Amino acid sequence: MPLPSSQLKFSISWQAIVSVLMFGFMYLPILVLTIYSFNQSPYSAGWTGFTLNWYWKFFSDTKILSALRDSLAVAICAVGIAAILGTLMAVGLSRYRFPGKGLYQGISYLPLIIPDIAIAVATLVFLAAVAIPFSGGLIQLSLGTIVAAHVVFCLAYVALVVSTRLTNLNPHLEEAALDLGATPMQAFIQVLLPELMPAIISGCLLAFVLSMDDFLIASFTAGGGANTLPMEIFSRIRTGVKPDINALSVVLILGSGFAFFVAEYIRYRSEQKRLK
Amino acid sequence: MSQASPPISREAPRKQPAALARLLEPLALLGPAGIWLALLLVIPTLLIFQLSLVPGIRPGDVVNPSGLDNYVQIFQPLYLQVLGRSLFFAAGTTLICLVLGFPVAYWIALLVPKRWRNLTLIGFVLPLWTSSLLRSYAWITILRPTGVLNTVLTSFGLPALDILNRDAAVLVGMSYSLLPYMVLILYASLEKLDTRLLEAAADLGATPKQAFWQVTVPQTLPGIAAGCLLVFITGLGDFVDPELLGGASSMTAARLIYNQFLGATQNWGFGSALSMLLILTVSIAIALLLKYGDRNASGV
Repeated sequence: MPLPSSQLKFSISWQAIVSVLMFGFMYLPILVLTIYSFNQSPYSAGWTGFTLNWYWKFFSDTKILSALRDSLAVAICAVGIAAILGTLMAVGLSRYRFPGKGLYQGISYLPLIIPDIAIAVATLVFLAAVAIPFSGGLIQLSLGTIVAAHVVFCLAYVALVVSTRLTNLNPHLEEAALDLGATPMQAFIQVLLPELMPAIISGCLLAFVLSMDDFLIASFTAGGGANTLPMEIFSRIRTGVKPDINALSVVLILGSGFAFFVAEYIRYRSEQKRLK
Repeated sequence: MSQASPPISREAPRKQPAALARLLEPLALLGPAGIWLALLLVIPTLLIFQLSLVPGIRPGDVVNPSGLDNYVQIFQPLYLQVLGRSLFFAAGTTLICLVLGFPVAYWIALLVPKRWRNLTLIGFVLPLWTSSLLRSYAWITILRPTGVLNTVLTSFGLPALDILNRDAAVLVGMSYSLLPYMVLILYASLEKLDTRLLEAAADLGATPKQAFWQVTVPQTLPGIAAGCLLVFITGLGDFVDPELLGGASSMTAARLIYNQFLGATQNWGFGSALSMLLILTVSIAIALLLKYGDRNASGV
């Protein structure tokens, strides 16, 4: 796109002023949480002195730590299953035409559109009406049912990212491998999969963050058997301001910031590789 | 033999199972995800549709479809008011996000030097990666009566604002959550804008204002439509912001549905009917977008 040479530097315009204000708006809550996580007074908005107490309190709070463990377990299992199913699905959808493909594709991307509350309600009704009675009590609302429900939307995000990558891929690579004597399985694992890996990883990271953040679907499918981090946070903050939540926020922000930079780094690396 | 076939004799063992493989391969690729989605998405949705036709169902009741009572119940003034408030929050958030997001997207797409563009955009949407509950919690800290905002206001001698637990706080929280999505989609649309047209308009004597309304806006209209729709439907189903920032009077559709299942009300049939209405509204909106909107802009 041709740009006037005068635009090589940042210039001041009213859009720039609005943008800077909006950047402030986006980072204000994060800034506030961070500052207050070091504030001595638990309730006053004024600054009363520096402390690391809230961090000690958070790291010795067994209830929060066990909720964090539940959340991590759910996210890792759901993303692991979704990575396999979603990749297979994206490859399958890119390869075959069959009657009902539009419907299959439409349904697989539905979780990206339907509000969480509707998915949560539907899953709860299904588990209560079908899964639990027919399994003879084998299926109980717990971590397993949260994982099953999370796979549905994780699957959609992994498949979305992987199929974007598939459309930009050289279709002859796999054919070449087959011509050179690879079995379809070898061609898939040794040729296609490494090409798709950056997309699979960034899809997984996105799904992981969303799974860690999900409150509604987890609380509808957890029953009494599990308590994820968002559920624990929700039950605490609806009763008022809790200063140790500030410390938790900062830890989580650092964690998801780290995940984000890993994702961006992987994307950057794969783009550099492709350009070579 | 077929397990360790030497490269020379590869033709023979590969041809025989080809017909079988042609059938098994699609099944292996599409089957697992298909079964998972059928069990945990399609059947559940059909079940809540069935349940929505049953009045006053409790867990454990025998399902026996008999009418539209639950849908009729939605039209009681009390519930219509709740749906109206959901629409108001969604529409208000959409408007706020468009007005605040357009200058930001315009700045990043057209005024920021090219090599800083990606970084600026990423910087703007980075807060999306933090927990949505904690973002709402941060707004509680800011907006509560003795919070950050009022401490700042009173220290300047200004009157304190009572915002928390009112509709204004919900709008602030929802706009905050959805602004990055609006900026992402508007950016995708503005980045493709042909700036030569703007130069041509200026050469032909158009004022910047005229050029904006007659060149920029028409060209980015599909992106504007996609962004507005995405923000609108996400806002319509939002639970966290109204629940945490809104107080008891800011009842919305999502909160009402939540109460039918996990709250005190416990009316699964009515909750299912409300969920079906929500799914239907969102599906119609998406169908309209796909029909009239810009496919590239909506595929973010």
